[in-house]
Amino acid sequence: MATTALPQRGYLHDDTPDLGEWIRSWLFTVDHKRIAILYLLAINFFFLLGGLAATFVRIELITPQGDLMSSDVYNRMFTLHGVIMIFFFLIPAIPAVLGNFLMPLMLGARDLAFPRLNLLSWYLYMFGGIFALSAAVLGGVDTGWTFYTPFSSTYSNSNVILTITGAFIMGFSSIATAVNFIATTHKMRAPGLTWFRLPLFVWAMYATSLVIVLATPVVGIALLLVAIERLWGVGIFDPALGGDPLLFQHLFWFYSHPAVYIMILPAFGVISELISTFSRKRIFGYEFIAFSSMAIAILGFLVWGHHMFVSSQSVYSSLVFSFITMLIAIPSAIKVFNWTATLYKGSISYRTPMLYALGFIGLFVIGGLTGIFLGVVAIDIHVTDTYFVVAHFHYVMVGGTIMAYLGGIHFWWPKMTGRMYNEIWGGISALIIFVGFNMTFFPQFVLGYLGMPRRYHVYPEEFQILHVLSSAGATVLAVGFIIPIIYLMLSLKTGRIAGDNPWDATGLEWKTTSPPPTHNFESIPVVTTEAYAYPPEAAARDAAEWRPGSPL
Amino acid sequence: MATTTPTAKPAPVHEHGHEAHGRELMHHFESAQQQKETATLGMWVFLVTEIMLFGGIFMAYIVYRWAFPEVWAEAAHHLNTPLGAVNTVVLLVSSLTVALAVNAAEEGNRRRLLTMLGITLLLGATFLVIKGFEYSEKFAHCAGAANPVAWVTGGARLEEKECLVPGRNFIFPQAHGAEAATHGAEAGHAQPQVGPGSPYQLFYFLYFVATGLHAVHMVIGLTIVSILTFIAWRGVITPTYYTPIEVGGLYWHLIDIIWVFLFPLFYLVH
Repeated sequence: MATTALPQRGYLHDDTPDLGEWIRSWLFTVDHKRIAILYLLAINFFFLLGGLAATFVRIELITPQGDLMSSDVYNRMFTLHGVIMIFFFLIPAIPAVLGNFLMPLMLGARDLAFPRLNLLSWYLYMFGGIFALSAAVLGGVDTGWTFYTPFSSTYSNSNVILTITGAFIMGFSSIATAVNFIATTHKMRAPGLTWFRLPLFVWAMYATSLVIVLATPVVGIALLLVAIERLWGVGIFDPALGGDPLLFQHLFWFYSHPAVYIMILPAFGVISELISTFSRKRIFGYEFIAFSSMAIAILGFLVWGHHMFVSSQSVYSSLVFSFITMLIAIPSAIKVFNWTATLYKGSISYRTPMLYALGFIGLFVIGGLTGIFLGVVAIDIHVTDTYFVVAHFHYVMVGGTIMAYLGGIHFWWPKMTGRMYNEIWGGISALIIFVGFNMTFFPQFVLGYLGMPRRYHVYPEEFQILHVLSSAGATVLAVGFIIPIIYLMLSLKTGRIAGDNPWDATGLEWKTTSPPPTHNFESIPVVTTEAYAYPPEAAARDAAEWRPGSPL
Repeated sequence: MATTTPTAKPAPVHEHGHEAHGRELMHHFESAQQQKETATLGMWVFLVTEIMLFGGIFMAYIVYRWAFPEVWAEAAHHLNTPLGAVNTVVLLVSSLTVALAVNAAEEGNRRRLLTMLGITLLLGATFLVIKGFEYSEKFAHCAGAANPVAWVTGGARLEEKECLVPGRNFIFPQAHGAEAATHGAEAGHAQPQVGPGSPYQLFYFLYFVATGLHAVHMVIGLTIVSILTFIAWRGVITPTYYTPIEVGGLYWHLIDIIWVFLFPLFYLVH
């Protein structure tokens, strides 16, 4: 803009005269930072709801008999957990909250390319959420989050259509976000911000957006077909009517396998930022990390068949899918090795975000390696639909995405709110989550290997000890999730004023004030350096200057 | 597109007026050029999602046509190919008028711009009317009437029982069905029926879903062109700012291209 910018106030600054104006200033905002806060509240609400459903599942599983709920209610409970956690928490969590807040800041832009589309995406998310919630209130849905046909289309007597509509609408919300991110990354970068100066978080979000754009419409149409089949009794997926139920599985996993990369790629982006900042070192192998995100995005589209090894899929296609699944391990491992190499000789400070990042690396390695086990056809057939699979994807989704989400929330909390959280409680809760998580899900690997099938609420008595261990771990995990809610909310009132750059980090988002003004920057920054321009001697200097209690 | 039309923003955003640049430049862009490129790119990315959306239906089409080739050839005879062909021409011409509208906007010829948008609207509406007639023909047959007019007026009845609307009443005409049934038996398939359980229904199911989804897109397209006509009439469109026309035109072309694929895949496969 040619005009001179006046000093601006923080985006949280409230200058509305009355309550009605205040509500409007939030619900009709086009500021990406306010929309990120709206998302933060909504997404955390859904997370707690999904967690509540998981709680009931874990309570039921303490005893081998079905004493808390019937098998039907149990089905509805784990479906509620799956649908809410996948569609309304994991998929939007990092892109819609952290991505929305940070993308323009990291790119040196005043806002996302399409601010009103951004607001629309939040409304679509809420609208889809209301559908899914009303389905739950009206009696729930019992198909599992995968909606496999012909059960979901012909036989289930639960609220399939309402839930599907919710997931369908929510899909448009992620598409809107992805279109916004792609256009913003291409066209709104600050002067001098070349592609290879972008923070790795932006690369990860860009790769995620490509996956969202290419995959989400396919699940949209698959779910639409299921709904139509249910409504009119026509059999596109019903073998009795000439249809092919496997077609649904193909269409569904063509989205839902890439969808696990929609969930984990943003987490990779967050971890790259955290590792670099808290090692005080430029990231090791920048280009490799950036391109491994793109490689995962591309390869992720070619492996959906590994969910269908025990369907009637041809054994030859299973072999090909198995091989490509192994290939995905390469870019994933590249990331882990590069993060580890970044730590080497770094000046590592164990602040809360870093604890989450280090926890992430450990848990993701376990989750990723068991993924390779499952990619091998022979082993997969042995453990298909057992708790081994459940443990594997919880290690990636909870141990990966949620750890990164929480790490990111803590890392950028001072930027979002202008206040520091309580570091001691932060560290404690990160450790509690790590311990509770392993206690919950590690026994499930053993359970699954011994033959405990998933989605059953009664089981042989010899499994009880492991189930009790898992449920006890879930309690610890729940405590770990509740503590941050308390101290983060308290920090809004009592937290220390953070200052612009409490971590001494290099990103553009730290160059502006905390919280940032409505248009993000006093004037558009000009970028002259790479993203992680920590001086080479930063680590040595930190070590020399370290005193007990020093901030870094 | 809606993303670039100027509207009121919350008060705190307006720290400066619009004197320095055109009214249409939104505050988070550096230049009109950047705004235009961003809007166009955003639309192209969105069009990719549209192609993937229809891609799911095309995939289902491939699977079932592969499974039941003779059923597909047989079933396509019962679609109204002349009307489909007319509709194809109507849509192709509307793409031309949209392209001319973009050109008129670029040259700042407001009268021609409005004319071209108006013709596009008319052609789009014509398409929907013809499509609606085709649909109602199928529904009239289900009700036993020979054509939609007879259905309303209680006129001529259909001689042979036929109902090509997927659902529990689906009946594919017996004579053809029996013939294909023998084919099916030879091929070792289970005996295909001509009722709701037959693969014939799959053809019509896909036909109704694909063309129905396309018709929904036509309605959205018509809404967009109506808005474009309105803002062009208001004088928002100038030779320096015609991004909405260009971006809206892209969407219209996409709808057109999808029909260009749907028409041969359903009407001409016999």
